[in-house]
Amino acid sequence: MTNPTPVTTGVKRYKGEWKYAQVAHLLRRTMFGAKMEDVDHFLRQSPKRAVRELLKPDYPLPPPPINNYNDDKYVDPEIPTGADWTVSLTYNGMNGGRRQNSFRSWWFGLMAGQDRSIREKMVLFWHNHFVTEMKTVDNALYSYRYNTLLRKYALGNFKELARAVTSDPAMLKYLNGYANTKKAPDENYGRELQELFTVGKGPGSHYTEADVKAAARVLTGYTIDYKTHTASFDPNRHDQGDKQFSAFYDNHVIKGMKGKEAEAEVDELMELIFSREEVSAFICRKLYRFFVYHTIDETTEKEVIKPLATLFRKKKYEIAPVLEELLCSRHFFDAGNDGSMIKSPVDLTVGLCREFGLSFPNAEDCEEQYGLWEQVRNQAAALQQNIGDPPNVAGWQAYYQEPEYDKLWISSDTLPKRNQFTDKMVNGGFGRNGKRVGIDPVVFASALPHPEDPDQLIADSVRVLYAVALPPEELQFMKTSILLSGLVGMASDHYWTNAWVAYHDKPDDKANRNTVNSKLKNLYRHLMDLPEYQLM
Amino acid sequence: MKRRDFFRTSMPVLLPAMIPGISLRAMTSSFLRPMRDEGTDHVLVLIQLNGGNDGLNTVIPLQYYDAYHSARSNIAIQEDKVLRLEGFDGTGLNPAMPELQQLFNAGKLTIIQGVSYPQPNFSHFRATDIWLTGADAGQMLPTGWAGRYLDREYPHFPQDYPNMQMPDPLAIQVGSLVSPALQGPALTMGMAISNPTSFYDLIGDKAAPISDSRAGDQLAYIREMAVKTDQYAGVIKKAAQKVTKQSDKYPAAGKNPLADQLKIVARLVAGGLQTRIYLVSIGGFDTHAKQTDATDTSTGVHGKLLGKLSEAINAFQDDLTYLQVSDRVVGMTFSEFGRRIQSNASGGTDHGAAAPVFVFGDGVKPGIVGENPVWPSKLTVNDNLAMQYDFRAIYSTFLEKWFRTDQAATEEVLLRKFAALPLIS
Repeated sequence: MTNPTPVTTGVKRYKGEWKYAQVAHLLRRTMFGAKMEDVDHFLRQSPKRAVRELLKPDYPLPPPPINNYNDDKYVDPEIPTGADWTVSLTYNGMNGGRRQNSFRSWWFGLMAGQDRSIREKMVLFWHNHFVTEMKTVDNALYSYRYNTLLRKYALGNFKELARAVTSDPAMLKYLNGYANTKKAPDENYGRELQELFTVGKGPGSHYTEADVKAAARVLTGYTIDYKTHTASFDPNRHDQGDKQFSAFYDNHVIKGMKGKEAEAEVDELMELIFSREEVSAFICRKLYRFFVYHTIDETTEKEVIKPLATLFRKKKYEIAPVLEELLCSRHFFDAGNDGSMIKSPVDLTVGLCREFGLSFPNAEDCEEQYGLWEQVRNQAAALQQNIGDPPNVAGWQAYYQEPEYDKLWISSDTLPKRNQFTDKMVNGGFGRNGKRVGIDPVVFASALPHPEDPDQLIADSVRVLYAVALPPEELQFMKTSILLSGLVGMASDHYWTNAWVAYHDKPDDKANRNTVNSKLKNLYRHLMDLPEYQLM
Repeated sequence: MKRRDFFRTSMPVLLPAMIPGISLRAMTSSFLRPMRDEGTDHVLVLIQLNGGNDGLNTVIPLQYYDAYHSARSNIAIQEDKVLRLEGFDGTGLNPAMPELQQLFNAGKLTIIQGVSYPQPNFSHFRATDIWLTGADAGQMLPTGWAGRYLDREYPHFPQDYPNMQMPDPLAIQVGSLVSPALQGPALTMGMAISNPTSFYDLIGDKAAPISDSRAGDQLAYIREMAVKTDQYAGVIKKAAQKVTKQSDKYPAAGKNPLADQLKIVARLVAGGLQTRIYLVSIGGFDTHAKQTDATDTSTGVHGKLLGKLSEAINAFQDDLTYLQVSDRVVGMTFSEFGRRIQSNASGGTDHGAAAPVFVFGDGVKPGIVGENPVWPSKLTVNDNLAMQYDFRAIYSTFLEKWFRTDQAATEEVLLRKFAALPLIS
């Protein structure tokens, strides 16, 4: 791999240009895709106010997923079509998989229909951080509740989130916390809590195997009540002995406790872990990789990670101030970071839906609505990002695997599939019972400021869809070869203009629409097939 | 991440793969079809002149020079400057095309006069569609004429391709996106090398300019992956690398886009690709104003374009001979329409109808097919040259006489019978 020019700016507040490119950069990184009207909205504010609005914590939680899954093999006797199934406490072979599908589609729908908020991106971040896999958890209600927990804490306090996750049924099941007893300690969660969730394996982390064992003993006693699907702490299963930690934890001893109060040991464990500075640095590095760029060089560690980590500790592990500092920084808006990330499959699929303003059916057509969410979500899954099921407890490799990182999203398998997906969206998209979700290139072009001018149409399309500029020869090529059918020279532009105006004046004329539609389809297929479209 | 070998799966779907500027669509399988022994090593090169070429200033009717001159005195080529054609005193060429004059005199160029179709359309977009799809004026066809031919010859594309019999792209477009002429019933039958730079990137002659930014690093990786993914990249590269020297008649790269494109075609043909059809194009023929120099009508914008056409075809033909494949290749030029008989006051010509077509190659029957155009003595600005030959009769000739398709198949491809013309020797 080559070594690109380093980006050396730090976390000082960004005071530079605030134009379409900067706003779109902010939105691509903090939402999914940068929708024209969202960019216009934030263009009217200062960078700081824009970031604050994105970080606003007070969006209400969405209504829960519903029964979209009755079919000729199964009709849910308990939950009617269109009704909330998360009130049900009965999960079995018939409704289990159907409800899991419903949940996944619902989640995809939340991303596709997101507010002007970083929240859904943070839910994905936490999902990739505090990983649980649905295929292991194997209960739609657990996964729904866990997802709701992540959403509730998305912009909240990291320490509190870590504590809540620790005794959440989905996590207890996923990392065997429910089977961790004084008689048969299970180190799984005690290990990942440190290695993957808090102090990590970075240069400042020196926890030992003894710490894994000690933490596991602290965590003994949790069980899951399979009637209510809630977790509880059972003192009879808890190891009441003292737990000795290593020098990394200043040889701290967590005194063994008895009875219900013993759960306080877990709180003490959290305090102990979060007293290590490395926790703040570890999470800040992970946020950096998720929002800015995969590689952290010495300068970035010093100029970005260190100050963010200090702030994180000062703010007692509140996430929002750290995100604000990062997202308002010169480093974040440094031109060297433009287009420096490869879109994850979720960024690609949800981003496309949003950038082209695609609308999914309304709630009253829940079968079609969920069905179409599912179809597009399956595309992301085929591109190796199946929400709900990261490949392992460390999350998707693209977010951590050195040195490739997000290049791992692009393979000889997935690159053609990415092109097929964007082609398909232009060619009519997906359909379900007569409802469709797909790109209407004429509608998209109509929303641009000057669709009648071929140069501006292309420049504006590139501005909206791309994180990087295209070379002028490429723009010229698109105009001549696609919009003008090979006609060259300034004098030829009016042939496109005439075609557009003819359509605009008589939109019902089939031939007029056909001419502009076929050219625009070619244009947008081509634009999204170029490698540059994979960048964000 | 799963790294399944994508091309071993057999999904009946479109598989585009992207190199910057190159789009390939293909699939694989072990399906074999019996090989035809005749005509299948023949190659057809289509040169599209975008914008509507002014036929009357390309092939000049010396026979009716006075009428010609009076119809367009501000742009008429001086009689003494018109290039003469051996054996055809009444017809000459624009002075910008000395190479085509030589090719004609050497028996390697044929001119077909008055090519059009009934009720010609004057819109660039629509007329282009008609020529590329092979449609009637009022007919909308979803497929291209060459695409229909290739679909018939190579059924089950792309699922069953490449295979032993046809390991190479069926058709290649150089210089733009894949032409609608290559559109098959479901998807395009061709691949595009949209610009010469991307071709040289592909074959590794020089690397694409990559910025040393973080984005540039990511982009370089995606491009590299695109080349690897590409089903046909290997065969193209191999073919190109077999040819290390080409004719010195080509101008320097970038001087003549058509010559740059044809140079790639010659290289791929000589390199052994079994690709049947190549499409190249040159734009700028929409000469509404100042198509000639005001004081010397033998020069100017239109002359420069014809000069490039002539230079490119000549270098290409010379190259094919040098590379010893000239017996396998014929080419034709075409444009969506000719231009008006009368010139306009801006020293240009507006959209018209019939125009001459050039066919070239070792295998052509030399000469001129058709007559010099005639028009009424009381000419109006709206008068157009009459059609002598339907453009589909030329396609029909190529299919039957060059590709050796039987008559029924030819009719099926062109949706109707068109009598073959005496173009192929």
